Amino acid sequence: MNLTFALIAFLILASAVLAATRRDLIHSALLLVGNWLGVAFFYLWAGAEFVAFAQALVYVGAISMVVLFAVLLTRRMRTELPLLVATRDRVVSAVLGGAAVFGVLAVAVLRTPLDTNPAKPAGSVSMLSLGQQLMGPQAAAVLIVGVLLTVSLLGAVVLASSDADGKEGAP
Amino acid sequence: MIATLPPAESWLERFPLLVRDWITGHLPESLGWLAVSLLAIVVILAAFGLLFAYLTLAERKILGRIQNRPGPNRTGWFGLLQPFADGIKAVTKEDVVPREADAVLHFLAPVLLVAMSLLGLAVIPFGRHLLAANLEAGVLYFFAAGAATELAVFMAGWASHNKYSLLAAMRALAQLISYELPLLLSVVPVVMLAGSLSTTHIVDAQGGWTFGWIPHWHVLTPWGFAGFVMFMIAALAESNRSPFDLPEAESELIAGHLTEYSGFKYALFFMAEYFGMCGLSAMAVTLFLGGWQAPCAFLEFIPSYVWFTAKLLTLLLGFIWIRATLPRLRMDQLTRLAWKFLVPLTLLNLANAAFWSLSAGWSGPMHWVRWAIALTVVVGPFLLLGRALTAGVAPRTYRYA
Repeated sequence: MNLTFALIAFLILASAVLAATRRDLIHSALLLVGNWLGVAFFYLWAGAEFVAFAQALVYVGAISMVVLFAVLLTRRMRTELPLLVATRDRVVSAVLGGAAVFGVLAVAVLRTPLDTNPAKPAGSVSMLSLGQQLMGPQAAAVLIVGVLLTVSLLGAVVLASSDADGKEGAP
Repeated sequence: MIATLPPAESWLERFPLLVRDWITGHLPESLGWLAVSLLAIVVILAAFGLLFAYLTLAERKILGRIQNRPGPNRTGWFGLLQPFADGIKAVTKEDVVPREADAVLHFLAPVLLVAMSLLGLAVIPFGRHLLAANLEAGVLYFFAAGAATELAVFMAGWASHNKYSLLAAMRALAQLISYELPLLLSVVPVVMLAGSLSTTHIVDAQGGWTFGWIPHWHVLTPWGFAGFVMFMIAALAESNRSPFDLPEAESELIAGHLTEYSGFKYALFFMAEYFGMCGLSAMAVTLFLGGWQAPCAFLEFIPSYVWFTAKLLTLLLGFIWIRATLPRLRMDQLTRLAWKFLVPLTLLNLANAAFWSLSAGWSGPMHWVRWAIALTVVVGPFLLLGRALTAGVAPRTYRYA
């Protein structure tokens, strides 16, 4: 069991490191897909079958396409990115942004009371109860997330459609 | 494969299980589960490999007959050895990789495509006792495995380092993404009515007969019929079959993202296309056509896997017939069909299935009201939307000089 976990963790971490250090953006994007797949494997290993397949369907199937299309449509050609630091401000803001995200996540994880008693396995949650939780007590959260995603999608469309050459109404 | 055996099963029904137990019986207990899994994989690979081989032959023969020519008839009796001759040809051909191509991705793309199109077959119940993996979220697993084929198509187009390949890959992706939505949305009513994502439960939910000869298959309900038809249209598009074979329209677009592929890698793409077609057809049989259930009660003596195979082959022959009948769509027609026609209709069908589920208790004359309302929701929007979208375009008039 622990060997499987080590392999999955290695896959996730190695693909993340490689994705961050590749010079070819497409390679980075594909490695990122490998990373997401690793996370899906982790969910599967942890017994969350539904979440694992949902992760694979949404991330490997859909989000990967969004990333690849974004890369291809915004870059004119296959340019190799220099792995150099542009300015000091950028470094500082990148480090600050990363640290802020990490801080929020760490606090959230540490504050959540998790039952980490290894003697009593949690048991896999049945899909029925998962669905009832999502559609019952957590319905508001699901709706809010849906609205947020729709808003961000509309924003992306607005940003992408405002061409520099001023052509309006092009489909 | 599930080991629980109802005792009243005939030996024909249990025949695959007996063979499996005979093979795994020689092995020690600790290796048993491994042997069972490996056996399932080997059987699926062998059965669908052979089905792929003879499907290509059947397609060429049937297309030939429809076009009033004999089709392949030189290799073996009736051309029965043609698939093997094709296979040897594909293996021995030179494998050309463009110098500028991304060698790793160029190699990985067909491999990933075939692997992913095979993965989905694991959750299809081919018979009462024939199921490789009984997952609680089987339907979700099937579509999650299928979603990765888009990635492989992109890899193929991008790694070829050819602008035509890349453009074709983007075109193929636009098609795959457009039709993924109606495909998934037409499945949701089935999941809703069966109350489960497990393929075994969905097949069980379609068991039983009214008066002993009308099966309770989903396709025989208004929402199920509409869902089945839209699922098959989306499946045609997802597996790049005619009339949606724009991604590799060999006569106009030099085979699209396959331009820079040759030899066995090229054959692998077609293998994946046929596996995908078989997988989606098998899913359609499972979701809408009652899976391995017999159509009438007195026909139950025929083993379940025979019924499944018969339904699967019928759908596959339908795919071939459609290819011989319909002309190819244009790209704008293709995406318009998906977004303006299929997606609204699948959403309406979802509401229709919800109504069907809520009105399950209606009896007596209300039963007929239930059918009337459900049929109206299927037929009405279809006619209205079809009229609105084809206004000014169809029916076409042709003038001959």
